[in-house]
Amino acid sequence: METVDDVRVALAEHDYLADEGLATAVFLAIRLQRPLLLEGEAGVGKTEVAKVLARWTGGELVRLQCYEGIDAAQAVYEWDYSRQLLHLRAVEAGGGDVVEDELYSERFLVKRPLLRAIAYEHDALTPAAPPVLLVDEVDRADDEFEAFLLEILSDYTVTVPELGTFRASVPPLVVVTSNRTRDVHDALKRRCLYHWIAHPDFDRELAILRVRAPDVPEALARQVAAAVEAMRTLDLYKPPGVAETIDWANALAALGQSAIDDHSVAATLGTILKYREDQERTLAHGLDQLVHAAAERSA
Amino acid sequence: MPDTTVAGVAELDTPGGFDRLAVGFARLLRAAGLDVPVGNTVAFGQAIAAVGVEPRSALYWAGRATLVRRPEDADIYDRAFAAWWEHLHTLSLGAAVTRDVVVAFDTADDAAVAADDGEPPGGDVQSVRYSRAEVLRERDFAHYSPEEFAEARRLMDDLRVTGAMRRSRRMRPSRHQRGRPDLRRTVRRAIRAGGEPIHRAYVAPSERPRRLVLLCDVSGSMETYARALVRFLHAAVVGRGSVEAFALGTRLTRITRELSSRDPDAAIAAAAHRVADWSGGTRLGEGLRTFNDEWGVRGMARGAVVVILSDGWDRGEPELLAEQMARLHRVAHKVVWVNPLKSSPDYAPLARGMAAALPHVDEFVEGHSLASLEQLARIVAS
Repeated sequence: METVDDVRVALAEHDYLADEGLATAVFLAIRLQRPLLLEGEAGVGKTEVAKVLARWTGGELVRLQCYEGIDAAQAVYEWDYSRQLLHLRAVEAGGGDVVEDELYSERFLVKRPLLRAIAYEHDALTPAAPPVLLVDEVDRADDEFEAFLLEILSDYTVTVPELGTFRASVPPLVVVTSNRTRDVHDALKRRCLYHWIAHPDFDRELAILRVRAPDVPEALARQVAAAVEAMRTLDLYKPPGVAETIDWANALAALGQSAIDDHSVAATLGTILKYREDQERTLAHGLDQLVHAAAERSA
Repeated sequence: MPDTTVAGVAELDTPGGFDRLAVGFARLLRAAGLDVPVGNTVAFGQAIAAVGVEPRSALYWAGRATLVRRPEDADIYDRAFAAWWEHLHTLSLGAAVTRDVVVAFDTADDAAVAADDGEPPGGDVQSVRYSRAEVLRERDFAHYSPEEFAEARRLMDDLRVTGAMRRSRRMRPSRHQRGRPDLRRTVRRAIRAGGEPIHRAYVAPSERPRRLVLLCDVSGSMETYARALVRFLHAAVVGRGSVEAFALGTRLTRITRELSSRDPDAAIAAAAHRVADWSGGTRLGEGLRTFNDEWGVRGMARGAVVVILSDGWDRGEPELLAEQMARLHRVAHKVVWVNPLKSSPDYAPLARGMAAALPHVDEFVEGHSLASLEQLARIVAS
């Protein structure tokens, strides 16, 4: 990988069509060994970036889904307490004496995603490429969690007090995603490269549809992309993302449609608009207008 | 760290040249109002080295990835970049690097971040120090003389807004012998007891304050109250964690960052500077819509206590306001509407906006005096 364009091409080969901005951000994340923070509306393909990176580089995808209240025991490491207790009893029964160090050795350590990504070692059974660490929806975790995430991401080390420090031999490729339900702390943002993934334009969305929904006839795909483009100008609460576009195209194709019409749009509206208010607004705007816009684009 | 003076024109194909280029642009961005820490400038220099300075888009995206951290800043960046690019190409690349650039290594920035994390002063202090204050407490803000206002400001500095608590998913060691076992501590104790888990330890869920979101109407009709209410906002923002503050006028402005400075006067000046439409008109419905779209429904208002401080005079459509209030009410834990006019005995919520919003409000309170703000602080905490 030498240039930004190499990244774009490689991602495209793995079915992810990135624009120049995203390709540059990914290129720099690899080259500068910095975490990549991706923000954007739901359904624009943030998580997908990490998955596709793993497919491309061949590294293992290590995913950490964040949620409210997540802590070190679930994200970094935990001791295997039941095995520790069993071991204690076994030694005790054999009349031996338990040395504490024995109990806090690596065989009783349960590695959670962050430690797994850092302590990764390449051997005969594992891929040579460093793992891809996906920290998904970091905005759902609380600020305490961000603090130790920052600590780990700044020097790619994890310290287990009873054992010592794990240091990544090759830093993992880190992708952090956020839906912006709250601002991620500035210190974490400063550590990361940042990219805002926007909704794709018509041509890119059409290209994505062709790749991700190959069963959808091209004429229908054009119309779907055009109708979605028109929907995004309707001032909706939740404008459809790429994921919804793909769902919708698949739904229409499954119904045997080769073109969009009033009836089929009304029947499948629930796959693309998930708020009742948005559906009402679209219906009030007039489905025939959408159909008309779609027909014009496909001409 | 000492200031470093970078002088002279560099050859661009050396790494140092890229750094100078990066420093020059970072200065331009800072002048345009963007917060660019030195670490990001360094990353930008490395990024240029990795992608090169041609074509324009390569340099553009290298900067976007390293220097911009919020989508709102993209506009400023675009304008600054366009100007910079022009500059680079009219003056030749080398000359673009300004002479005598003073690079201030600002470590103060990190200190500020650290201070942010610290110590919310504990306790629910709502003390009032002076007996003279008793008179002031009940007085309507609209009737304050400047001296009284100065006095009230001192009293407001004592105001502490604590939050309602909610159960967190995070566990804390518990002193009680019930609930979920704490295996980590139990194993530790078992070692001492020869492998027998005699002394068992337990954990219990901890509590966290609910997020508090304050939306303050700063339109012309609220002018007499807004200066006092913003004070209240400041007390809330600095008093505890997870508080967000917004100003509602013809548009919505987030002022949490501005208000988080400890010094009330500096904080309020910064907030006023940030709000472009202070004492202008009101579009409550649209402002709330922006809030719901950009912040609230995405998560900020979920399970939060949302306080709207407004007299309910709205130039926009009441239907829109009602719709947005309903949306907000569906995600929030509690919606409190504070209306300074409510204290008047013959007040009835006839303003169209107020009438539209009321069905979606859990608590409707006054906010015209210090006493009523103390009352509000209590409601927020319950």
